[in-house]
Amino acid sequence: MSKQMTGAKMVVQALKDQGVEVVFGYPGGAVLPIYDELFLQNDIRHILVRHEQGAVHMAEGYARSTGKPGVALVTSGPGATNAVTGLTDALMDSIPIVVLTGQVPTFMIGTDGFQEADTVGITRPCTKMNWLVKDTAKLSETIHQAFHVATHGRPGPVLIDIPKDVQFATAEYTPAEKAKVSHYQPRTEGDPAQIARLVELMEQAERPILYTGGGVINSGPRASQLLRELATETGFPVTSTLMGLGAYPASGKNWIGMLGMHGLYEANLAMHGCDLMINIGARFDDRITGRVKDFSPRSKKAHIDIDPSSINKVIHVDVPIVGDVTKVLEELLRQWRARGSRTDQRGLAKWWKQIDEWRAVKCLSYKPSSTTIKPQYALERLEALTKGMDRYICTEVGQHQMWAAQFLGFEEPNRWMTSGGLGTMGYGLPASIGVQIAHPDALVINVAGEASWLMNMQEMGTAMQFRAPVKQFILNNERLGMVRQWQELLHGERYSSSWSESLPDFVKLAEAFGCKGIKCDDPKDLDDAIMEMIRHDGPVIFDCLVEKHENCFPMIPSGKPHNEMLLSADAEAFRSGAVLV
Amino acid sequence: MSALNIKKGSSSHSAYDLRSALSEVEESHTLAVIVENEPGVLARVIGLFSGRGYNIDSLTVAEVDHTGHRSRITIVTRGTPAVIDQIEAQLSRMVPVHAVHDLTVEGPSVQRELALVKVRGKGEHRIEALRLAEIFRANVVDSTLESFVFEMTGTPEKIDAFVELMRPLGLVEIARTGVAALARGV
Repeated sequence: MSKQMTGAKMVVQALKDQGVEVVFGYPGGAVLPIYDELFLQNDIRHILVRHEQGAVHMAEGYARSTGKPGVALVTSGPGATNAVTGLTDALMDSIPIVVLTGQVPTFMIGTDGFQEADTVGITRPCTKMNWLVKDTAKLSETIHQAFHVATHGRPGPVLIDIPKDVQFATAEYTPAEKAKVSHYQPRTEGDPAQIARLVELMEQAERPILYTGGGVINSGPRASQLLRELATETGFPVTSTLMGLGAYPASGKNWIGMLGMHGLYEANLAMHGCDLMINIGARFDDRITGRVKDFSPRSKKAHIDIDPSSINKVIHVDVPIVGDVTKVLEELLRQWRARGSRTDQRGLAKWWKQIDEWRAVKCLSYKPSSTTIKPQYALERLEALTKGMDRYICTEVGQHQMWAAQFLGFEEPNRWMTSGGLGTMGYGLPASIGVQIAHPDALVINVAGEASWLMNMQEMGTAMQFRAPVKQFILNNERLGMVRQWQELLHGERYSSSWSESLPDFVKLAEAFGCKGIKCDDPKDLDDAIMEMIRHDGPVIFDCLVEKHENCFPMIPSGKPHNEMLLSADAEAFRSGAVLV
Repeated sequence: MSALNIKKGSSSHSAYDLRSALSEVEESHTLAVIVENEPGVLARVIGLFSGRGYNIDSLTVAEVDHTGHRSRITIVTRGTPAVIDQIEAQLSRMVPVHAVHDLTVEGPSVQRELALVKVRGKGEHRIEALRLAEIFRANVVDSTLESFVFEMTGTPEKIDAFVELMRPLGLVEIARTGVAALARGV
């Protein structure tokens, strides 16, 4: 017996078959048939957002904290165009999400109909793949294929554009197991010969470093476990990009901190001075490499990546290994153990001594204050008071994001949600709601700046409606802090449009949303205020008034190599002249 | 290629091992991209080139397998070895792309382009145009008392040469298909 149903019902059925429990969305004319079907069932929960960008970021937060694909459902035209930022964000950070958009009926496509937009045209460069489904008979198969593409190979966002008449029409439903297996089957096993070359290099290395990235997290929890085994068995130091925090625990013996533009002194100098760099699931982003010509000039480089186009894109490597991090690390450890490999103990001891000397610089030190809350202090206290809790951290984008990465410690993967590649201000609040929906009992904190936070603050309504007790920890410096910092250091202190005028009273704003507002401007009150935030059963907007002119250090000005890092003490001596990106 | 003194298509082995990946010399490469014949796939491929700043010197596309829903896109592009490698990797990872062949390094290949060339002229010019067309094995596919349309196939260089000869004889218009290419042998 074939199973006939409408396109709209197919959408809901296919989502169920794919194990989807939550959809973040916003209704509109072109998706009403699907909303009708959502209304008639109880398996899939629908979270009504306040803006489609919020829906996509929530789906991202959901995906990153669970490892499962996130799903968003929006209408045609403005619904779809509002989703573009989230799609691009997910593409840059390799987050598996499936976005369903409504479209005007097929017979109206191309007529500039009401709420018509060329959605697949607009989203082609910001999705891993997208489809316009013009035939109901192909709809269910396309949805199954979309989930396959989003979650296989390098994960990413996919979009399915569904015209309204396709939702109304009836056809046979194709169940997931009968859907045509996509030809899209990216290679996941690394080449054993290349892995053997890497093992040999690891045996000889005197100054090795494991440079890990978001690929370790995306590969699943097993990858993080294998990374820990590798670090323990080799004694190699581990650094990570912003995206990879938590794959190796911050309390781990081999952890030397985050690297990159605002990474730790010891991590960046170790990258610069190493003789063997093992890149595991990172992509030599410009925030990591600084000036490419002078990047880690004396090292042999190995690169493990599931995406062949990441290899040799920016940095030429000696040992390219295309494959899934889990499978490659499994094979690497197997060979390492089978050969009875040993590291160069004397070389390593000397290397660690050097790293400890760099560490002694204490690059994160800042001038404490007893009268003003330093943003670093606020994060140190937040870390101290929430450590050991079932905690998830999101951030917006800017200084606070870098401070959060520097001062908060992550022990497990999938606990840290931040917009790395695209740098999307307004990401954190909706992402935190997505995380909280997936983990209703966890402590979900969005470390925010006031300017970023305002970009999607309407989503507080969503948090209230769906009782997502997210904690919005806003480091309020009344400035666009990172912009202000660059203007101070690189643009002759001309603060062009970088202050937040006419800010709302955040406590009153919280009350207006019906949630709790907390304001704190005195370091002495901070601990109590943070505890009050944690203990409150419901969403909180925490207005933490911090030092207005604090700069985020260390900093590698863009276009500079790793060994030309600015520490806070050097800031005054810094002369501009860097190429700005 | 010339900088490394490797004759184009002289080796059936991968030339990636022979040339320096860090060379700054730009090379011309012909890529055959086998794609799923579905809406938007050409836009996706072209969008990759424009979005990432790669060059397209020539591009042809047509369905080559109706039952298998396959189209073949032939792209002639230019870039340093690193850029060419990137283009191949970026194309290969696209979901609707089945295969990418760099015909320039994979071995000898046949490359052909078709051109229609309209020439206006009377008397000596007209006779000379016809004579040259014969040498180039171009066919007359349209004729009036004062014009011809020649059809010719050949390498892009041969078509260039023919067009240059027609210019002083009254060249009016040219239509070119772009390069179609296949590897030699099986």
